[in-house]
Formats: sequence, C-alpha cells, structure tokens
Amino acid sequence: MNSKKPMGQRVKEFVIDYKRQWEIQSMVIPGIIFMIIFCFIPIYGLTIAFKSYTVIDTLDSAPWVGLDNFRIILSDKYFWDAVVNTLGISFLKLAIGFVIPIILSVMIYELSGGRFKKIVQTISYLPHFLSWIVLGGMLIAWFSSSGMFNEILLNLGIISKPVNILLDANKYWWIATLSDIWKEAGWGTILYLAIMSKIDPTYYEAAKIDGASRMRQIWNITLPNMKPIISLNLILTVSGLLGSNLDQTLVLMNSQNRAKAEVINSYVYRMGMTQGDFSYATAVGLGVSIVSVILLISANKVSSKLNDNQSVL
Amino acid sequence: MNRTVAKEDLDSRIFNTINIILLCICTVIIVVPLWNVVISSLSSGKALAEGGFIFWSTDFSLENYRAVFNDETIGLAFLVSIAKTFIGVITHVFFCAMIGYGLSKKYIRGRKLYVAMGVITMFFSGGMIPTYLLIKSLGLLNSFWVYIIPALFSYYDVVILMNFFRNVPDSLEESAKIDGAGDWRIFLKIFIPLSMPAMATIALFNGVGQWNDFMTTKLYITDQALYPLQMKLYEIIVQSQTQSMQNIGGSAIIETTTKGVQLATIVITTLPIVVMYPILQRYFISGMMMGAVKE
Repeated sequence: MNSKKPMGQRVKEFVIDYKRQWEIQSMVIPGIIFMIIFCFIPIYGLTIAFKSYTVIDTLDSAPWVGLDNFRIILSDKYFWDAVVNTLGISFLKLAIGFVIPIILSVMIYELSGGRFKKIVQTISYLPHFLSWIVLGGMLIAWFSSSGMFNEILLNLGIISKPVNILLDANKYWWIATLSDIWKEAGWGTILYLAIMSKIDPTYYEAAKIDGASRMRQIWNITLPNMKPIISLNLILTVSGLLGSNLDQTLVLMNSQNRAKAEVINSYVYRMGMTQGDFSYATAVGLGVSIVSVILLISANKVSSKLNDNQSVL
Repeated sequence: MNRTVAKEDLDSRIFNTINIILLCICTVIIVVPLWNVVISSLSSGKALAEGGFIFWSTDFSLENYRAVFNDETIGLAFLVSIAKTFIGVITHVFFCAMIGYGLSKKYIRGRKLYVAMGVITMFFSGGMIPTYLLIKSLGLLNSFWVYIIPALFSYYDVVILMNFFRNVPDSLEESAKIDGAGDWRIFLKIFIPLSMPAMATIALFNGVGQWNDFMTTKLYITDQALYPLQMKLYEIIVQSQTQSMQNIGGSAIIETTTKGVQLATIVITTLPIVVMYPILQRYFISGMMMGAVKE
C-alpha cells in the first residue's frame, strides 16, 4: 500500500500478510481459479476470430488470417438479414416493452392497496418464471389452427378461417415482441414499484391541496422521481439491443418464418455449432460485443447529458 | 372549499375506476392463456382436434398425462432436472458465499485485483464458441457436471452476499476470534446461519434459472440420458412442429396426440415452479432490491 517503501520490502510484507491470512485467502482462491478458467480463458479464446480454425487445430496451432473473417461477414447476406431482424425486433421491444412496465407500475402504485393490488402483482410476476421453451410450447398451442387465438378471432368475426400465424413470416417480429412483453412486463414493475414506495408522500399531499388532478400528480411527481432509475434501465436495455433472446428464437423459429426470425445470436449458434465454422461464428460474436460496448458507453454519455451531467453508471 | 373537494373526489373516482378496469384486463390477458393450456392438457385428442373451447373443455380426459408418464425418458428427464437443480443450487450458493465472505473483509490482501477481475467477468465474456471449446477441452461434454461446474460462480451473487456479510456486526467476529475460532469456523458457524435470508434469495433465483436452463443441454449434451425436462419438451415441440408441417391438411390424429403430450409436458415442467411460487414471491422482491443497491 505504501508506495514510499522499496519494492523488496513491499513484496516481503505482502508475503507475510498473505501467509498470516491464509485461511481467509483459501476462501477466495477457488473463485480466482474459476474466473481465470471460465471467464478469462474464453476471452483469450476470442483470438480464433482472427484465425482460420478447423476441427483438427488447437487454439494455438490454427494459422492467423487477420481480418479475413470479418471481411467475409460484411459480404454475407444471411448475416445482414440477421442484423435487420435483430434490430427490428429489439427496437419494437424497446419502443413498446420499455414503456409498458413503467405505465403498469404507475397503475399498480395508484391502487389504494389491499387484496386487489396483491392479486394483480402476484399474477403479473408469474409469466417471468416460465422458461422460453415452456412459453414457446404454449404459443405454438395457442396459435395452432384449433387453438385459443383462432377460437377468439373466429368468435369475434375477425377471421373466417383458422390460420396459424406462427407460419406467417411477416408477423414474426410482432409475435416475438408481444410474447416477450407478456412474459416480462409484470416483472419489470418490481424495481419501479420499490423506488416509488420511497417517494415522500408529502409531495402528493401538497399537490392535492393545490388541486392537482391524479394524472397531473403522476406527471409532475411520480415520473420525475423515477427519472434516474428509468435512465439506468434504458442504458442497460440499449446495450443489450443486439443480444436478443436466443432461447426465444430457437423455439419459435420454423422453416416458414426463418427469414424474419433469424437473429444474430441464433445465427452464431447455427454457424458455429451446427456448421462447425468456429472462427466465423466467433468473429460475429466478437463484433456484436464490441458494438454493444459502444452502445453502452454512448447511451451512458447521452443520459448523463440529459441528467445534468450525472453519470448513472 | 366544498366544491374543490367534490371535484377532486370525482376526478379520483373516475381515475380509480379506469385504473381498476385496465388492470383487470391485464390480469385477464395473463390468466386466460395459462388457464387455456391447463384445460387443453386435460382434454382428449378429439376435443383438441376440434378446438372450439377457451375456458372449458368439451371432452375431459387424462390420456395426455398417461402418455407422458408411460414414457420412461420423461421420468428420467424429471430426475435429471431435479438433480441438477438441487446440486447446482447448493454448490452455487456455497461457492459464492465463500468468495463473498473473503472479499467482504477489507483487510484481505489482493482485494482490489480480485474485485477488478470480478467486475470484468460481469461485462466481458468469450461468447458461445470459445466457451464451447473450453468446455470441450475440459472434457465436460456429455457429462452431468457441465450443469454444475460452469454454473458455480456468479460475481453478481458474490456482490449481493458480500454486502450482506458486511452488515453483520464486527463484534460477533471479534468475540469468536478471542475464543480461538478461525475464519472458516466463523464463516460456517456464525455468518452462514445469519445470512440465511440472502442465501435463500440467491438459491431461489438460481434454482429457477437451473430448472429453466436449456441452452447448456443444447450446447454441450448429446446423450439423451442426460436430458432435463426442458430439453425433452423442446424435442417434443420440434417434433410436433415438423409433423404439423408435413401434415398440413393430412392426418390430424398424430398432430393432436403430440399436441396433447406437449401440453401435458408443459404443465408438468412448470408445476414445480408454480408450487414453489408462494415461497419464491416472499423472497424475490427483497432480492431485487439487494441486487439493485450496489456499492
């Protein structure tokens, strides 16, 4: 710690301290070993994005090819299709899926409490605990020609003949977005509700005396108090734009909707795991992570400008 | 004065009514599809093929569940799911608690480096392929331990536990040290019992994650004997999808049988979570808060 002491003495002190602390150090060491093996070795493994790796190679014996893999990616039509789908679905999820939990949490917050509030909360959290495989299976059942959706639409007279919209590629983006919102919107309210419960109630009392309507109170008290947590959530959502849900795609994608369903992650999975093109798939993955980090940093910059130069991260 | 009160009352009443109506609609949107799945899973193949019901089946039958329970591989998948969840949760929580305890001591040498390493793991990862190559070279492909070992550690959980351990009064540790107890003894006999709420939260989140996890199997397991329920369900879904593609307009019987089995498997796969849900709910709200408040 003390930088004025000579190097040798500092090392010596460190060793003595370390030996004295061996018992507590022995608790941390397994974690360090874990991180080195399972986190840092794969980060080193990213170098195969710059190599031509085949099954017979090891990580070190594969020849370097520089940026060749990236050059191929840029001229790959299927990659760009996946990019378009990822961005399309992510922006729909961002535009709708980001706002709904905020509205929902305000609505729940405005309930006067009691049984109904509890029931609404319990039910709205539940879908979060279903896996995408389970939900995918449910969606397939709901959309099937004898399933619930067709039944409702037939009864309402919207359609005259059952259709399976999961086979309609043009509707896939909406299916992906809306099913994601159905699953996660309620869960998204928890954090907002927790922050809202900390808003000083005297604000509302003062507003009431001034004759502010309920909508006005929400607009001028609740939402401004939520601004920091909303921006934090927005930053995290923006940085995850390119990594949209792999499980969801794998279970909902079929031969009919593939053109609109393939996202970058499922493309990486298909190129790497099914076709064995490890270098190519790693290069795609690396490119996505770099763009994600750039998005994270720029979103943080923008939001700190909007929040009076206070960085949220 | 009276008039403003009345006006405010009216405004509030309209607001409350609209609010409750909208929230009722939201609840219905969530409950009805789930209810429909349960009712459909309890329907005969004939009723499923004809459709025509939303809330109540036209022909109840347990044939779908009988078909599921007659399939031994699903029983085995259930056991794999339980085993990996149970072992996974216990080892994960203990491993994270141990590291979190070590790092909660400000005086520990090398703390800054360890914390920096941990933070890096939260933001950067090698991604799918380098991780696959690592798992392969460790010989974990097609091994039950691939469910347990790579899932041992999460720095996020370490931070939560570390913050929890910090709130335990120092005097407890000091008095134990005077009595001659070592760090391990203090950790096991004092800190673990005191941290049960935090550890239960992490255990429940991790348990749901393990139960629902499907990518680990999809990436690293080809041996059917090691398939958990989620993977089994995925296979049934894929199978029924291809069948219904081939059978467009063709035999509806096969399609509805696999649909019935699929629905029954969905219900069975979800049942443990629904049963645990009341316990879960008590913990996860405080857990979300613990996760949100970081140093």
